[in-house]
Parts: sequence; C-alpha cells; structure tokens
Amino acid sequence: MTALVELRDVTRSFPGPPEVQALKGANLSIDAGEYVSIVGPSGSGKSTMLNILGLLDRPTVGEYRLGGTPTSDLTEDQRAAVRAQAIGFVFQSFHLMSRRTVFDNVMMPMTYSGVPRAERARRAEDALDRVGLGHRRTFFPGTLSGGEKQRVAIARAVVSDPQLLLADEPTGSLDQRTSGEVMELFEDLNADGLTLVIITHDQAVAERAARSVRISDGRLSEVP
Amino acid sequence: MKWRKKQRAAVADTGDLLRTVDRADRFSASDLVTEATSDIGSRPGRLVMTILGTVLGIGSLVATWGFAQTAAGQISSQFNQVASTQVSIEPETASFGENSGALGRIPWDAPERLERLAGVEGAALISEVSLAEGAAITSVPLNDPSAPSRSVPPVRAASAELLDVVGGEMQTGRMFDDGHDARGDRVAVLGSRVAEKLNIARVDSQPSIFIDGTAYAVIGIVGELQTHGDLRDAVILPTGTARHDLGLVAPGEAIVHIAVGAGPQIAEQAPLALASEDPESLKVRAPQAGSALGNAVQGDVNVIFLIVGAVSLLAGGLGIANVTLLSVTERTGEIGLRRALGATRRQIAAQFTVESIVIGVLGGLIGAALGVLAVVGVAAIQQWTAVVDPFVAIAGVVVGALVGWISGWYPARRASRIEPITALRAGG
Repeated sequence: MTALVELRDVTRSFPGPPEVQALKGANLSIDAGEYVSIVGPSGSGKSTMLNILGLLDRPTVGEYRLGGTPTSDLTEDQRAAVRAQAIGFVFQSFHLMSRRTVFDNVMMPMTYSGVPRAERARRAEDALDRVGLGHRRTFFPGTLSGGEKQRVAIARAVVSDPQLLLADEPTGSLDQRTSGEVMELFEDLNADGLTLVIITHDQAVAERAARSVRISDGRLSEVP
Repeated sequence: MKWRKKQRAAVADTGDLLRTVDRADRFSASDLVTEATSDIGSRPGRLVMTILGTVLGIGSLVATWGFAQTAAGQISSQFNQVASTQVSIEPETASFGENSGALGRIPWDAPERLERLAGVEGAALISEVSLAEGAAITSVPLNDPSAPSRSVPPVRAASAELLDVVGGEMQTGRMFDDGHDARGDRVAVLGSRVAEKLNIARVDSQPSIFIDGTAYAVIGIVGELQTHGDLRDAVILPTGTARHDLGLVAPGEAIVHIAVGAGPQIAEQAPLALASEDPESLKVRAPQAGSALGNAVQGDVNVIFLIVGAVSLLAGGLGIANVTLLSVTERTGEIGLRRALGATRRQIAAQFTVESIVIGVLGGLIGAALGVLAVVGVAAIQQWTAVVDPFVAIAGVVVGALVGWISGWYPARRASRIEPITALRAGG
C-alpha cells in the first residue's frame, strides 16, 4: 500500500543572507488513517513542515508525494485543486471570517472544492452537528468562545471530506479544558478514518497522538 | 472560463487525490458573485465613503448631459420662443396616380386627446373650408350674377381655443366659444385684413356677412397673431358650424401649443394619441431641440461641466482603488485562508475585481439617479421641461462599472499575489 504522505529527503531553505535551512533532509511516511503529531519548539521548522505538507510551499530539494503522486509536477492551479479537495486545515488563530455566520464560514470551502450545490447546506449542517455546534449556526464567530471557534474551524476543515487534516497548534489559543474537548474531537475524527497530522510545541497534546515525530533544528526523528 | 478548464485538467493529472467534479459545482460565476458581494455591505460607513467619488462623478456627468439637453431646448426658445412651442399634426397624404388623398384622419376630439399629454399647453383644430363654385362672401345680401367675380377670402373652421394656441389677440369683439361650436351657431370671426375689405370695423352691432347667401353674425375681429399670419385674410367659423353648413368632413390640421423642449416627445406621442391603430398616417411638424446658435453657446458650458465630471470620476476611481487596496491589506488573513482552502490566484483576483465593479455600479446607479433628480429639480424650479435621455442614465451605470473595474485591477492583482503562508501568519 502506498503511503498517503511521503517526504523523501526534503530540504527547504530560505535565501538569506544568512541562508536559513528550515528543513534538512526530512524523511517521513504517513499511512492513510494514521494520527501523527509533529512536536518541536518554536523555530524548529514546524510551520515550514506544515506548509509543505499542505501544498502551500514547495521543497527546495527532495520529493513530496501525496497519495502516491509527486507534487513537484503539479501546477499552481492543480495544487489549489488538491488543497480544496484533499486537504483540510485547522489553524491556531482559527481564521474564521468575522462578518459571516458560523454556517456561512463552514459553507465557504465547498465553493472551491466542487461539492454539488444541492448538497452544500446539508453537509455544512452535518459538519456542525458533528462538532456539536448545530445550535450555533446563525451565530457570528465574535460571539463564540475560543473552544467553539476552533470547533467551527474543524467543521470547516472536514466539510469537503478531505483525506488529510493538518492542524497547526490547534490548542494554542485554548485553555486546558477546552483543549481537551478539541483533542477528543480530533480523536473521534481519526477513529472515523481521517488521517490527522497535528503540529504542536505542547508535549501533552503531542502525546495523545498514536505516533509522534520530533522536529528539532529542521531534522525529524521518531519518538519511541 | 479558463480556470475551470485548467482545474479539470488537474483532475486528470492527480490520480486518486481528486474526485471528478462537475464543472458547474466548482467556483461558478454565481459563487464568484456571492463571495464578492457578501462582504460589501458589512461596513456601510466605509461603503458610503468609497462610492462617494463615483457618485459625484457620474452624478455630475449625467446632470451635465441632462442640463445640456434641457438647456438646448431652453436656449433655442429664447431665440425663437413661438416656433419652438408649436407642433402641427396633419394627415399624411399620398398620390395615387393622378389623384392624391389623405392617408389618415384627425379625430374631431383631437384637442381633448392632445391636452392629456404631458407638455401640451393647449390644442386646437383648424381646417380649410372649400366653398361651392361661384360662392361669394359679402357684407350685404347681394345676389348679382352679373357682378364681376371677386376673389373670395379663404374660410377656416377652427375650434374655440385657436387664438390661445396660435398666440393671437382679438382686435375687437370676442372669439366664439365651445357653445357656438357645439350648437353650430352661425357666427364668424374675421381676420383683420378681410374685415377691412368687407368694411367691417366694429362688431358691437353684430354686423352680418353672407357666405354663399347665408348670414353669419360677425362677433369679433382678430388682431395680432404670433403665428399663422394667414388667418388675417381668413373668415373663421366654428368647426361645428362648418360641418353643419358647409359640409366639412374632417379636420385638416391640429395645432398644439407645447412647453419648451417638449417637441421631440410630443412628436412621438401625438400620432399615437390621435390614431393609435395607424400612427404613421399622421404627419407631425415639431421643433427640434436646439439650434445652431444655442448649441454653440451650450457647447462651451458643456465642456466645463464635462471636465468637472471627469475630474470627479477620476477622484472616484482613485477612491475605489484606495479603499479596495486597504481592504486587500486588511483581509490578508482571509485571502490566505481562501488560498489554503483551494482558491486559485485567478479566483482571488476575480473576487476583488467583481467587488470593486459592484461598488462602481452602485456608485453609478446612485450617481445617475442623483444626476437625473438634479436635472428634474432645476427644470422644475426654472419651469423648464426636463429632458434626459434614458441612454445617459444607463451609460452612467456602465461608466461606474468601468471605473470600478479599472480601479480594482491593481488591488486585485496585489491580492492574487499574496502568499498563503505569509497571509495566514499575518492575519490572526
């Protein structure tokens, strides 16, 4: 079986001066259905990792295969189409649109991912029900708590039915109790078969994943 | 659209990663418009400031055009007051071999029908009445077959409003009224020259004239005439009398006194009001808006107004560009998010372009409406007839869209070049 995510000797360097190598010869293979955390202190290359995995950035050297397809051959438009259909993002700062309702925020990705128009509203409702916020659909993000905002963002990330969910410090803006709730939600999604990669500096969050990969100074190492 | 073709190509090249997607379901034109317009009204205060420049620009252009058209009618009237306020309607004539005949017919109630039209201030019928061969008009009941034949003054049948319409005054006596007309009374009003020929100077004793031997009481003599000077030589009878006594079968001509500038409009509406089943059968003579001299004077005024309009429009365009640019900067996070969710650069550019086009159209709509209102308002105060070509208002909206499009170009380009990574970090 081919791995869903496969990094082969991926290096990402940013021209200087001084030139910075954010990733140095990273190798990583993630199978479909896995729950992996990538943990490391700030400045270790976590964000670069997320950007490359999410097709928001390209490796300087090395190869990234997603679903067996080498991504270096894809044009910008093809990468956008893959992001729309196959990858979901969750960010630390939620990135909800403050002037749209919870429901409209969740509807938005489907305009890019090609979900048939007739299905969109139903899928947005399902996604909100799944994160337990069906009753907040007409609310604006400003009126929600941090935990609720992140759950809306998760609903938005899964509404297009992606194969890979990337979460960047998903609990970074939440208190301990709501962090726990959000992590439970991730575990539920993983149990339903969604491949999950969580990038975090929080050891406690990282440990909840089935598999943990440490990143330090741009190099990856499996945590036993 | 180009990007859809490219995205379909993407489906073929990326194996199992992508589902096959119906073209219509992926960021269609309606998705684009929804995404672009849903945030426009969210900050009403800013929206007002953004469109203000365009509103002023389009408003002054539309108003300039309207004032020019309105004033063209107005100025020409100052040079030629009467000619520009008179319209005449006659049946179209056609020749059939050696014969010629009227194609249409003016109804007897034409004045009432015409007076219902906006811009009409009065209407009257006037017809030539032909007398029997050898019939004479005299001031005494002579029947002398051996008398040398004298030229017979023309006889006209008219409705009571005639003098108001042609700008005439009575020299003495009075004009006949609707009552005389309705009853077919044998009364007549004389033109000043025909009165002289018939040796009638006073009408207080109601002298009679004899038309083909029948007596008609002269009740007035017409003096000054601003138009239709030929009436000075005519004997004028009520239409009803001419129909009854002299076999008048149809009115010859309807003359209409109109408001300044209403000529082109009345020329269009009058035939429909009089012969709706065949408006082509009537011939209308109406003053054209504007005269050479008037246009020359107006030309200078227009140039100044047009420059003012163009400058405001430029300012309006810069305003839209500025605010759209500001909004691109403010919404960096949103742009990054959209890119992460799968929007292409073109879709981002299209969204911001459509947004500024919509703002431009809004500005154009409001500007055009205000411009038209300004023309109508000034015309009402000055008691002019407002003339605004609907095309100008439509053009105002189109120009607004164009301004929005041009001003949105650079901000949209900037938005499309934002790197999602940078944007997502910046826009918390």
